[in-house]
This record gives sequence, C-alpha cells and structure tokens, in this order.
Amino acid sequence: MSTATTTHSAVSRRERPPLLVAGPVAWARANLFGSFWSSLVTLGLTYFLIKFAVGFIDWALIKSVWTVPMDPATGKLNPEACRAAKGEGACWAVIWDKYRFILFGRYPFDEQWRGAIVIVLFLGLFVVSAMRRFWRRELVLIWIVTLTAIGVLQWGGVFGMPYVGQDEWGGLPITLILSTFGLAFAFPIAILVALGRRATTLPAVKLLCVVYVELIRGVPLISLLFMASVMFPLFMPVGLNPDKLLRAQIAIILFAAAYLAEVVRGGLQALSRGQYEAADALGLTYWQKMGLIILPQALRLVIPPLVNTFIGFFKDTSLVLIIGIFDLLTSGKVAVADPIWQAFSTEVYIMLGLIYFCFCFSMARYSQGLEREFAKSGGR
Amino acid sequence: MSDSTRDAIVLDKVNKWFGQLHVLRDVSLTVGQQEKVVVCGPSGSGKSTLIRCINRLETHQEGRILVDGTELTDDTRALDTVRREVGMVFQSFNLFPHLTILENCTLAPIWVRKMPKAEADEVAMEFLTRVKIPEQAGKFPGQLSGGQQQRVAIARALCMRPKIMLFDEPTSALDPEMIKEVLDTMIELAESGMTMVVVTHEMGFARQVADRVVFMDEGEVVESGTPTRMFEEPQTDRLKLFLSQILRGH
Ligand SMILES: Nc1ncnc2c1ncn2[C@@H]1O[C@H](COP(=O)(O)OP(=O)(O)OP(=O)(O)O)[C@@H](O)[C@H]1O
Ligand SMILES: [Mg+2]
Repeated sequence: MSTATTTHSAVSRRERPPLLVAGPVAWARANLFGSFWSSLVTLGLTYFLIKFAVGFIDWALIKSVWTVPMDPATGKLNPEACRAAKGEGACWAVIWDKYRFILFGRYPFDEQWRGAIVIVLFLGLFVVSAMRRFWRRELVLIWIVTLTAIGVLQWGGVFGMPYVGQDEWGGLPITLILSTFGLAFAFPIAILVALGRRATTLPAVKLLCVVYVELIRGVPLISLLFMASVMFPLFMPVGLNPDKLLRAQIAIILFAAAYLAEVVRGGLQALSRGQYEAADALGLTYWQKMGLIILPQALRLVIPPLVNTFIGFFKDTSLVLIIGIFDLLTSGKVAVADPIWQAFSTEVYIMLGLIYFCFCFSMARYSQGLEREFAKSGGR
Repeated sequence: MSDSTRDAIVLDKVNKWFGQLHVLRDVSLTVGQQEKVVVCGPSGSGKSTLIRCINRLETHQEGRILVDGTELTDDTRALDTVRREVGMVFQSFNLFPHLTILENCTLAPIWVRKMPKAEADEVAMEFLTRVKIPEQAGKFPGQLSGGQQQRVAIARALCMRPKIMLFDEPTSALDPEMIKEVLDTMIELAESGMTMVVVTHEMGFARQVADRVVFMDEGEVVESGTPTRMFEEPQTDRLKLFLSQILRGH
C-alpha cells in the first residue's frame, strides 16, 4: 500500500489537513455556497438576520429608555419619556420599577429578601445535584434540608420572621417550587409506574399503571388543574380542604409522572433481555436487579427525552396562571396591568422569556454534557 | 437409580410448551456430582430451553426438576437457593456494560451473598487471575475483546462459588481465534471438579472433558453416552445425520 511507503513528514501532514480542505472556509464553501440556489438562500437569510439584529439592538440598547423621573405631585413614576420613545426604543424603566413584583409577586415587600434567599437556595440545590461527585446517598439529605429551609423561609412564623400564607406567595419562588417539587415527586412515581406497566406477573398492578398513564395522558394539564382547583374541593369533607397551591402541585405531579413513566418505560424496553437474565441467574432479587442493573442503564439511555420532558414541565407550570396562582408568568402579567405601564408589556415578557430561557437552556446544556460523560465512561 | 438428593441435577419427565409449541418432551436426565455433560443437537431442538429450565429462567409445565436436592417450584425461596448454587454463562456474555469488570464480579457476592466489599474484591481478583485477565479489572466490558468478555462472564459466575455451572453455547458468538482461550478456561474449570452442563458443538471439547454427551432433537433426548461411543458408534439415524452435518461444517 502507498501509505506504507510515505515518509514521516507526509504522514504527519496528513493528520492535519490543509485549511482549505477542512477549515471554516471550506466548510462554508461546501455548505453555504455549494450551488447558485444555496448561495442565494444564504445571502438572503444573512440579510434578514443582520437587519433583524441591527433593528433589535437599536430598539433594545440604543434608543431605549432606562429610567423615568418620579412625578413629585403623585409620588409615582412618570412614563412620559417611554411613551415618547414607544415604537422606536424599549422602555426598560418598567422592569426597573416592577422587577421585585415580577420576581416575588404579592409576597410582603419587606419580607422579599426571604424569597431572594429561596431562589438562591434552589439554584444552589440544582448546581449541587448536577455534579456527579455529589451523587451519593447524602444528596437525599441535602434535598430534604434545603427544601425544609425553603419552606421555613417562605412560611416564616419562626425565628422572628412574620408568617406569610400561601395565598401571598408568588413569582419565581412559586415557579421553582411547583417545578422542583413536581419533578422530585413525579420522577420516583414515574419509575414505579414504568416498572408496574411491565410487571407481567402482577396483572392487577399492570392494569392500574396502564389505566393511570392513559387516563392522565388523555386530558390536558389545564383541565387537570381546573379539576384540582374547582371540582376537588366539592368532593372533600368540609374543613378538610387542602390549599390551592398544594392541589395544583399534586395535579402537576400526577401529570408529570404519567409522561415521565412513558419515557422511563422506553428505556426499560431498549435493554436486551440478556441483562435481565444475567441478573436473574446471579440470584439478584427483583429490586436489586432493577436498582443496580436495569434502571442505571435504562435511565442513561433516556437522558435526552427525560430532559426534554423536564424542560416542558418547567414551562408548563406557568399554566397555573388560569387558576389564579401567582407564579412568575402571572406576576409578570399583573405587573403590566398597572395603568402606567400597560403599553409596555413587551419588555416585561422579554424579561420573563429570558428567565425561563436561562433555566431551560441550562438544563439542555447539562444533559448534553451528561450524555458525553456517560458515553466516555459507560464502556458501550 | 441413585438417591436423588445426591445427584447434582435431576430432570424427571420434564415437559415444556411455548404456546402450542412442544419444546421439551418427556426429558429425563440425571447429572451426578462433578459430572460434565455436553448437550448437542440441531438448532431449535430445545437445548437452550433445557439448560434454562435448570435455573428457572424458563419454567417447565410438567415433570420435576431437582437441583442439588431442591425441587424447582413456584416457591421463591427454593428458587433463590438454586440460583445461588448454579452459575450460568450465556452465548452473548451479558456482562453489565455500566459496571467495571471488577464490579461485574463483585456485585452478586456483595448483594446476594452479603459478602463484605473487601472480601468480594479479593475473591473477584482471584477468579479474574484464574481466567487470566486480572489486569483488566478496572476496565468496562465494552473495552474488552469477545473472548476476554466471556472469560469475565465465567469469572463473574464463579465468584458466587456455585456448585454447578451451566454454559449455553459459550463460544458460538466468538471469532475463531478467541474460542480456544475460552475453551481452555472451561477445561481448567472441569479439571478442578466443577459439575458442568455445557451446550456446545465443540466436539474436541466434548471428547476431552465430557463424561457424557446428550444428543437432543425436537425436544427429546434421542441418545446419550460417552463421547467416544457417541461419536464413533452413533446408534440412531438422527445422530448420524447430525454428526455428518457437524463434520461437514468444520
Ligand atoms: N421465548 C420463546 N417463546 C416462544 N418460542 C420459543 C422461545 N424460546 C425458544 N422458543 C422456541 O423453542 C424451540 C427451542 O428453542 P431453543 O432456543 O431451546 O433451541 P436451541 O436448541 O437452543 O437452538 P439453537 O441451537 O438455535 O440455540 C425453538 O423452536 C424456538 O423457536
Ligand atoms: Mg440455544
């Protein structure tokens, strides 16, 4: 073969192909300007992208209004400057005025530092849970402690913090509570349901799981939330009426669990029968087999759809808006209902969108990193 | 017949159906302590089903199966006892890909035999040394060759210190150059006195190791005897046909 006779320098040159063959220029030539039509589409799209970007920067950063003066007569902000710039520049003054309401809703203004700590605690919890070196039994303890601390901060009534009822909670902490508690409870339920659906030796369990999944999947989350908030209290004895937030939380857990169960089941099905048989042949019990052999592999396989579902549910918690729970989206909506700012909802929604995006994008990036890491260490 | 509690495995008129398909027909077979039995027969004759019934990966519908004196029934306690005593090696290795070689070997001793981890590690290294791959202990199964994986699978089963080892075509998924290393491991194991039931078409191995060869066809035990007798003086036409096909294939 010719490679056998090439000199050393020729070989090493081949390891690094010349820029024109594999560099960005070559890539662009092959993929963006491969033909007349391809070049036309590339140029057209570039034109629109640049035009849009320039327009947006102009609106958001250059012609925008950052603060507005206070009207000394009324003691309120005077949005005249914003009105003047309307249509040409963004009015970020609305964010400046309303950010605390958007983040914490109707939570008592002087106590909102508690909500801020709650948000920080949640973020810390996410970061710690995301690191593989904390994936030990102690992590469960960390979760319990953190979630307890979050409850104490939100409710208060101890350590000199005034009590704040659930109907006064609002903003980002509500969104984080609904999604974090929701997924934290839904995930274990989902695993049990997925296992139950495959329990051929226990037909009653299997039937129950199938009915549960199909029933919940068959109705929209909104109707489930309505049921939780309107119908559920009708069936409960007087006096025993769990709070609205708790009911919404349960509805979200049940809904998420049904979807996650199907994702997990997909992973269980993807494993070869040999894995089950090898575990059986070694004498492992059912739960050992599942916990040590099957689930660790099945869950790794379904990281992408799992995270996809997580992201979906993080955003779906915003549907509690329709039953009057003050999550992030609701407080944003109420904030722009203020007569002064009514004309400037776009700015508020951009901010809300950014907050949601930060969380969802972090999840997506994290799952990609996790997949890569497993691909490296997982052997297969 | 000898006292059934003294025999390692006793199958008495075992019948099994997959739906309408009658896969095992009145199969009776006794394997004594330390005996090595090779099972052969054409594809679909029920060899795998037979061997899988012995540790109840498949359930039989009629007849009795006793393993080391314990009868296999729906009783899960009996099943746990039997599975601890019986090791199995599969055609497709079935190592756990998410665990290292060492973890593959220590998992069952730690969780089933409740062995302390340090001791389990020690036992695992001993058996990995016996199958001649102690240096691979920290790797994952996907990083090993087929022959190495199958030797790990043997070590994994041995770590449970079973009294009986079952092999279902352990070399038929291997490239020719790797078959020998696995067969050598099995021969060594046989020489150490292990009771073995091996489904294989490796006639050389059968001649060297087997006390008895059992020929199955269409779910029945057609003929059995010492390897020399079976290969040199086959009595039935079905075995003659099978042997001629095997020899032509090689
Ligand atoms: N799980 C199953 N469900 C239905 N039929 C099965 C199942 N497993 C095996 N069979 C059928 O039972 C018969 C015996 O299969 P078995 O795997 O025991 O044969 P074998 O002798 O091991 O063949 P091979 O040499 O191909 O491995 C075959 O006809 C097969 O199709
Ligand atoms: Mg087979």
